[in-house]
Amino acid sequence: MLSKRKISCVALALMLAMFAAGCKKKAPPPPPPPAPRPEAPPPPAAAAPTVASFSAEPSTIQRGQSSTLRWEVSGDVASVSINQGVGAVQNTGNRRVSPSDSTTYTLTATGAGGTTTANATVTVTAPPPPPPPTPTGPSKSLEERITSDLQDAYFDYDKNDIRADAQASLTQDAAALKSILADFPNASIVLEGHCDERGSAEYNLGLGDRRASSAKDFLVQLGVPADRLKTISYGKERPACTESNESCWQKNRRVHFATGQ
Amino acid sequence: MRKLTWVVTALAAGTLLTLWGQIVGKVEKGIQMHHVAVPDFRGSGVSPNLMNAFNQTLWDDLKTSGQVVLVDKTMYPKTVPQQPSDFRQPPPTPNLQRRRGQEMAVPQNGGGLWMSDWSGPPVNANYLAFGYTAMQNGVLVLYGNLFDVTRSDTNPASQPLSKRYLATTADENGARQIAHEFAADILKIFGGSSLFGTHIYFVHQAAARSPKEIWVMDPDGKNQRQITHFNSTSIEPAVSPDGSKIAFTSYTRGNPGIFVFSVDPVRDLRFYNQVASVNETPSFTPDGKQIVYSSSAGHCCRIYIANLDGTGFRPITSSQFIDTEPKVNPKTGATVLFSTGRSGTEQIYIMTIDGADIQRVSEGTGEASNPCWHPNGQALAFAWTRGFAAGKFNIFVMQDPGSHNYVQLTHDEGKNENPSWAPDGTHLAFMSNRNGREQIWTMLADGTQVTQLTHDGLNYSPAWGK
Repeated sequence: MLSKRKISCVALALMLAMFAAGCKKKAPPPPPPPAPRPEAPPPPAAAAPTVASFSAEPSTIQRGQSSTLRWEVSGDVASVSINQGVGAVQNTGNRRVSPSDSTTYTLTATGAGGTTTANATVTVTAPPPPPPPTPTGPSKSLEERITSDLQDAYFDYDKNDIRADAQASLTQDAAALKSILADFPNASIVLEGHCDERGSAEYNLGLGDRRASSAKDFLVQLGVPADRLKTISYGKERPACTESNESCWQKNRRVHFATGQ
Repeated sequence: MRKLTWVVTALAAGTLLTLWGQIVGKVEKGIQMHHVAVPDFRGSGVSPNLMNAFNQTLWDDLKTSGQVVLVDKTMYPKTVPQQPSDFRQPPPTPNLQRRRGQEMAVPQNGGGLWMSDWSGPPVNANYLAFGYTAMQNGVLVLYGNLFDVTRSDTNPASQPLSKRYLATTADENGARQIAHEFAADILKIFGGSSLFGTHIYFVHQAAARSPKEIWVMDPDGKNQRQITHFNSTSIEPAVSPDGSKIAFTSYTRGNPGIFVFSVDPVRDLRFYNQVASVNETPSFTPDGKQIVYSSSAGHCCRIYIANLDGTGFRPITSSQFIDTEPKVNPKTGATVLFSTGRSGTEQIYIMTIDGADIQRVSEGTGEASNPCWHPNGQALAFAWTRGFAAGKFNIFVMQDPGSHNYVQLTHDEGKNENPSWAPDGTHLAFMSNRNGREQIWTMLADGTQVTQLTHDGLNYSPAWGK
């Protein structure tokens, strides 16, 4: 008796499993009817809902685009819901989603016969990267090279001697200048001499000239071709900084590089 | 106190110092200066705008001249004569002994129409300027008089000035013109000269980092006109001795170079610039036939002399130092003031026109620059940072380049630079940023009558010429 019940239970489980898998195949032949039993058999268990389909179309999107979830649930259904913030839905429907990252949506169909789940994944790809930055080298403009590769040389008050820090700057500038002048064979570079606001404008025009010419001499000694370097003095006509204090004055006592005509 | 001591010394020291005293000695001059009453003139058929321009110009010309003392207008009687025939001698003063109380309360006078109303208290003037303007056949006419009110003489022929003036235009410019001419005639009577007809060249900039152009204006700041249109940096104007040309420095061709222009009409006279990264600070020799300037040719910077067209250039100084701002003595043509870094910070030196006998003029402390000869070829004005942080220039006047006798004219009011003598030798134009922005100002050579001439944008480097 016990063994027969066991057999029928196994058969029932087999049938349920086939239902749950959505298998439309013909059920295997029913087991032989149970032998008459002294007590009533348990009522047949209701089948769990069947998720006929659950898909995301397209399944792969770029970030910012959207995908459509489609689902169809049949059987004895009490409720259908989708996680990831979609919430309760009808048995059959669709919903546009626009996840910012790859997301697996889980559809949960609940009925008297149990709960069935199915997954659909939307894969999110990053948008195509911006065009790669302009590679360094000849494609950078002369102005850009001057701005990025050359540094100003600074001077003491009323002096045009090349200080230790200016020697270091100009030594680096010399290497950069050779490279720039090689890349731009028709270009010439202007060394601008500038001064702070002290002293007369007239005298400073001379002082700025001396600074530009000291810097030029230094660069030429390091092998920068003299005929590609020009000088101009702006005295205190074009200050980089206009406050009346030493930190500002120091910024103005400089030789600055610019393109020649 | 220093100035007072100076003037006392000057008075004691004799003739050479008397000239110096005339330049800077207000105390000395004040004793002799005449007091002039200048009531507002009225116009017949002349708009109030024109009369305001006329009265303001007349007052300002006389006031800023430093030649006369103007009596405050609040002291004047209510009635003012408009022509010589308006004078009415009041009846003889009654005997005060008899009816004292009543007569004392109502003193007899001409109510403004008699000389003693102006010569007596509270006006206490020596002279009265009076008259009127009228529009006659579309021409603006001034009838101007200057009467010595210490003499009871109503005959115009025996008074200093009674004259008719015709304006060339019947507008505000015309009103200012006849006021300038009338003021000039008045000043001539007192032995002074008018600034009317002289010109101040200067550098104008609409805003910081805008182009700098050369402009010109009248000595009262009116009639401003643009000379250059290079849309570049044009600076350092200088005027030829006859006032017909200017020289200046401009970046319009790249590196700073010298230009010589005629001013009427404005024309580029094409100065040839020798090859150099800097050619700057041009000024004229007293004969107007040569230019001295500073050039970096070879190495910065030597003083050069060249012809008016830039040819025939030759250096005067060596190039060991920065030598700049050469100014040839306007009387002798034999010596040159210049500024140089040869002894450390910038100082003023003097040498012969051949570059010999180089001697320091400034004391050697601080920074001294912007030398400018007085028209007499003896005194000089300059900018000096004495007693102040580097860059804080003030205007000084020195008796002569060989002396260290100087007077400080500006005191602790921003930066004050580029002094330039007026042709009359009693006024100076200069640049000051005392009100926050660089502007052109004028003052008397004793530091009084400080007047702001420019107000728009930024203005620098005045050069005062004929």
